[in-house]
Amino acid sequence: MQQRWGLPIVAWPSRLRPNFWDLVALPLVLGTIILVAWASQQMNAPYQAGEALPISLDARNLPAYGLRTVLRMALALAASLVFSLAYAALAAKSRRAEKLLIPVLDILQSVPILGFLSITVTGFIALFPGTLLGYECAAIFAIFTSQAWNMTFSLYQSFIGVPQDLREAARMYHLSPWQSFWQLEVPFALPSLVWNMMMSVSGGWFFVVASEAISVAGHTVLLPGIGSYIAVAIDQRDLVAVGYAILAMLVFILVYDQLLFRPLLAWAQRFKVEAIGQDEIEPPWFLVMLQRARLFDLLRTLVDATAALASRARRAVQRPHQALRVKLLPTRWIDLGWNVALALGTFAALTEIALFVRSEVDPQEVLHVVALGFVTLLRVVVLIALAALVWVPVGVWIGFRPRLARRVQPVVQFLAAFPANLFFPMVVSAIVTLHLDVEVWVSPLMILGTQWYILFNVIAGTLALPTDYQFVASNFGVTRWLWWRRLVLPGIFPAFVTGAVTASGGSWNASIVAEVVRWGDTTLVATGIGAYIAQETEKGDFPRIALGITVLSLYVLLFNRLLWRRLYHLAEERLRLD
Amino acid sequence: MPDDSRLISAEKVCKTYQTAETPGRLVLDHVDFALREGEIVAILGKSGSGKSTFLRVLAGLTPPSAGHVAYRGQRVDGPAHGIAMVFQTFALFPWLTVLGNVELGLEAQGVPRTERRRRALQAIDLIGLDGFESAYPKELSGGMRQRVGFARALVVNPDVLLLDEPFSALDVLTAETLRNDLMDLWIERRVPTKGIILVSHNIEEAVEIADRIIIFGSDPGHIRAEIPVTLPRPREVTSPRFRQIVDEVYTLLTTTPGQGPGKRGLRAEPVGIGYRLPSASIQQLVGLLDAIVEPPYAGRADLPYLAEHEHVDDEQLFVLIEALQLLGFAQVAGGDIWTTPVGRSFAEADLQERKRIFADQLRRTVPLAAHIRKVLDERPGHSAPEGRFLAELEDYLSEEEAREVLETVINWGRYAELFAYDYDRGVLSLENPS
Repeated sequence: MQQRWGLPIVAWPSRLRPNFWDLVALPLVLGTIILVAWASQQMNAPYQAGEALPISLDARNLPAYGLRTVLRMALALAASLVFSLAYAALAAKSRRAEKLLIPVLDILQSVPILGFLSITVTGFIALFPGTLLGYECAAIFAIFTSQAWNMTFSLYQSFIGVPQDLREAARMYHLSPWQSFWQLEVPFALPSLVWNMMMSVSGGWFFVVASEAISVAGHTVLLPGIGSYIAVAIDQRDLVAVGYAILAMLVFILVYDQLLFRPLLAWAQRFKVEAIGQDEIEPPWFLVMLQRARLFDLLRTLVDATAALASRARRAVQRPHQALRVKLLPTRWIDLGWNVALALGTFAALTEIALFVRSEVDPQEVLHVVALGFVTLLRVVVLIALAALVWVPVGVWIGFRPRLARRVQPVVQFLAAFPANLFFPMVVSAIVTLHLDVEVWVSPLMILGTQWYILFNVIAGTLALPTDYQFVASNFGVTRWLWWRRLVLPGIFPAFVTGAVTASGGSWNASIVAEVVRWGDTTLVATGIGAYIAQETEKGDFPRIALGITVLSLYVLLFNRLLWRRLYHLAEERLRLD
Repeated sequence: MPDDSRLISAEKVCKTYQTAETPGRLVLDHVDFALREGEIVAILGKSGSGKSTFLRVLAGLTPPSAGHVAYRGQRVDGPAHGIAMVFQTFALFPWLTVLGNVELGLEAQGVPRTERRRRALQAIDLIGLDGFESAYPKELSGGMRQRVGFARALVVNPDVLLLDEPFSALDVLTAETLRNDLMDLWIERRVPTKGIILVSHNIEEAVEIADRIIIFGSDPGHIRAEIPVTLPRPREVTSPRFRQIVDEVYTLLTTTPGQGPGKRGLRAEPVGIGYRLPSASIQQLVGLLDAIVEPPYAGRADLPYLAEHEHVDDEQLFVLIEALQLLGFAQVAGGDIWTTPVGRSFAEADLQERKRIFADQLRRTVPLAAHIRKVLDERPGHSAPEGRFLAELEDYLSEEEAREVLETVINWGRYAELFAYDYDRGVLSLENPS
C-alpha cells in the first residue's frame, strides 16, 4: 500500500517539512488563488449591451483594475502557449501542413490584427449572451493576437532544429511521439520560448489600451482594467491620472518580471544544449523560493505522480503503437493534389479580397493608400536609422564595460516591456502647446517602445566580442574610425540586425496607434497608412480596413524580404563569430 | 535455414538517398551481414563508406531501400526492443541529470518508478558513475558523458549493443580507459548483452576489441573484406600477431580493389570529374610528405607506425594518403607508403617551386581542376560562378558532397595559384586581387 501512486512516501517527513521559504510561499499562493477567483468572478458578471460600465479615475481603484488586466494578459499568454505548441508541432511534423502554416504565420506576424478586432467581437458576444464574458474574450483574443505569433515561430524553429543525434536517441530508446514531444522537443525549445514569451508580454502591454476598449454596433464598451483607465484619463485630460496609471503599470510590469520572467529565464538556462559559462544568470529570489519552499516540493511531487499515472493510463490504451500505414495513393500524387488545392485556395482568397475591396473602393483610393504606406515606410526607415545612430554608440560604450552592462541590461529589458503609449499624452500636449509639426513630431512615438531592442542587442553583441580582438586592435594601434569600421561594426552586426528587425516590426505595428493620437478632444492625425487604418476602424468601414491592412502587410512583407532577410543572410554567412 | 545463433541478419541491404531533384544515389550496395551470439564485430571503412548508415539501418532508425534486416528472426522496421545504441556525440538530454538520462529508456517502457530507480542506480554503479547521479551532462567531462551514454544503453538490458564510434570524440587516454572497462564487463559477462557491433575508424581499437572485422569499401558502400581476429584476450597490442593483423587491415583499407598492389600512382588513375576528392588540407599534405621524406622514414614508411608517430588518426590518415596517391606524390602497398620521384622533388623544392609542381600535378591528375581552369581560360571575362561547377558535380554527387568537393578543389587550386575564388560573390576567376 505504501507505493500506491508511485509516491515515495518514506521520504515524506524530512523532505517535506516546512522551512523559512514557506513563510513567503504560503501567503503568496493563497493570495494568488483568492485574487484569481475574485477577478474571474468579475469577468463573468451579468451585462446587457448598451449598459455603461463606470470607470473611475480614483487611484484607489487602480490595483483592482490592474489585477483584471493582468489576469487577461495571463489568460492570453496561456492561450498563446497552447496555440503555439499545437501550431508549431503540426507545422514541424507534417511537410504538407508546413507549406500552408508557415507562410500564413509569416503574414500573421506582420499584420496588425488590431484592425480586425471589431469583426471578431460580435462572434464572442454571441457566444456568451447576457454576461461580460463575451467582451472579456474579445479583449483576451486581442491580446492573444499580439502575443502568439513570435512564440509560435520560435517554437517551430526550435522543433525543426532539434539535433539529429538526440532525435535518434529518443527513437532508439522507444520514446513514443507524445513522450519525445514533452521530453525532447519542448525542453529543447524552452530557452528561446521563454525569451519570446517575454517579448510577447511586452507587446501585449503595448496594446492593452486598445484591447480593453471594444466597440460594437456604434458604442464602445470599456472593460474595467488599466487600459480603460488610461483611455478615460486621456479622454478627460487628467494628467494626474495618467501619472498614476504609469506608476501602476510600472509596479505590475515589475511584479510580472520578478515573479514570472526572471525565474523562468534563469530556470530555462539548464535547457540550453551548449554549456555556456559566461552568462550564467544569478538565481532570482523567486526561483530560489520555488526551489527551496517545501510547499512546492509537495506540489511537485503531486504533479509528478499525476503525470506518471496519466502516462501509465495512456500507455495502457495505446500499447500496440506500431503505426499501420495504408498507402492508397503514391505520395507524389497526394503532394500534387495538396499543392493544387493550396494554389486554388490562395487564388480564391485573393479574388475574394479584391472583390470585397472593389465593391466599395475605387482604384484611385487604392493608389492613395499605397502612397500613404510609402509615407509610413519613410517614417520607419528614418526612425530606425536615427535610433541606430543614437543607440549603437551608447550600446557599444556600455558593452565594453561589462559590469555596467550587467546592471543596465535588466533596465533596458524593462524599458522595452513598458508600453510607450502611456507617454503619448505628454507628447500630444507638447505638440499642441508648442505648435509643432504633427507630421514630424508624432513619428517618434512609433519607435518609443521599440528602440530598446536595438540598444539591448547592441549591448549583448558588444559583450560577446572576444577580448582578443580588442587586444589586437590596441596592439596594432587601430583607433577611432578604423576601430569602428574594422572591429566594432562588423563584430556587432548580427546582433544589431536582430535588434533592428524587431524594432522595425514593432514600429510598423505601432504606426496604427501612433499616427492618430488624442488628448481630450484634441486629435492629432499624421499622414500615413496607420492613421488610415485607425480612422477606418473607428468608422467600422470593413472594405477600407481590409484594404489598409492588406497594403500595410504587403509593405511589411516586402520590407522584410528585400532588406532584413538579406542583411540577416549576410550576418549569418560572413560576420558570425566562430 | 535460418541459423539460430544469429542475433541480427541483413540480407542484400541497399540504401539510396533520394532528393527532390536527383534520381537517387546509392550509398549501400547489397550488403549481407550477420551478428552471431557472443561476438563483437567491428565495421571499418573510410569516411563516406556508408558504415554509419549501415549501423542505422540495423538499428531500425532508417529503413533500407531494398533487402531486409531481421533481429532474432523478426523483421526490423523501427527501433527494436533489445537493441540499444551508443552515439559518437553522446546524445544525452542536457536538461536531464545523469540519473534522468539513464532512466529515460526505462521510463519510455513504463517501468514503475522504484524499479526504474533501482535498475538505473545499478547501471550507474556498473559503469563507474556513482557519485554523479545528480549531475547534469554539461558538468561532466567527455569521458564521463560517454559513460552516461553506456549506462543509458546497458540499463535496458539490451541483447545487442550498437556502438557508433563511441570513443572517437574522446582523447586517447580517456578512450582507452573506457574501452578497457567495457571489455572487462563483456569478458566477465557482467552484462546480459549477447552481441556488439562497433563502427570505428580506429584500426587498433577494432583489432583490440573485435572477434571479426568487416571492411567497407566506398562508392557505393559494400563489404570488401572480412578478417577474423582469433587472438586470445586480453590482447597484447605489441605482439607480432597483433601487429600483423593491424598491417593487414591497413593494407586492405589503403589499396583499391581489383588492382595489384602498388599499381596505383604508376599510371594516372582514370578518375572522372565527379570523383569524390579527399578533403585533405594543403598544410597537412605537405607536412606528411615532408615527414615521409625525412628520417627515420627516408622515403618509405610503415602506415601504422606513421599514424602513431605523426599523431594523425586513421580517418585523417586515409584522407591524406588518398590525396597523396591521387596527386602522384606517393604510392601505397602492403601497409607501406613511399614517395614517388615527383613527391621527392616536391619535398625538396622551395615554396615557389612547390607551388609550380603542385599546379602541374593538379592539372594532370585531377580532371575537375583541369576542367575549371579550361573553362576559365575560355570564358571572355575569365571568371565563372561556382554554381555552374556545382551543378556539374551534382550529376555525380549529393548536394553536400558536391559542395565539399568544390571546396577542396578551390583550396588546392588557390594554393597552386591555378585559379582564384571570391567568397562573397561565389565566383571563380583567373585573377587575384591586385
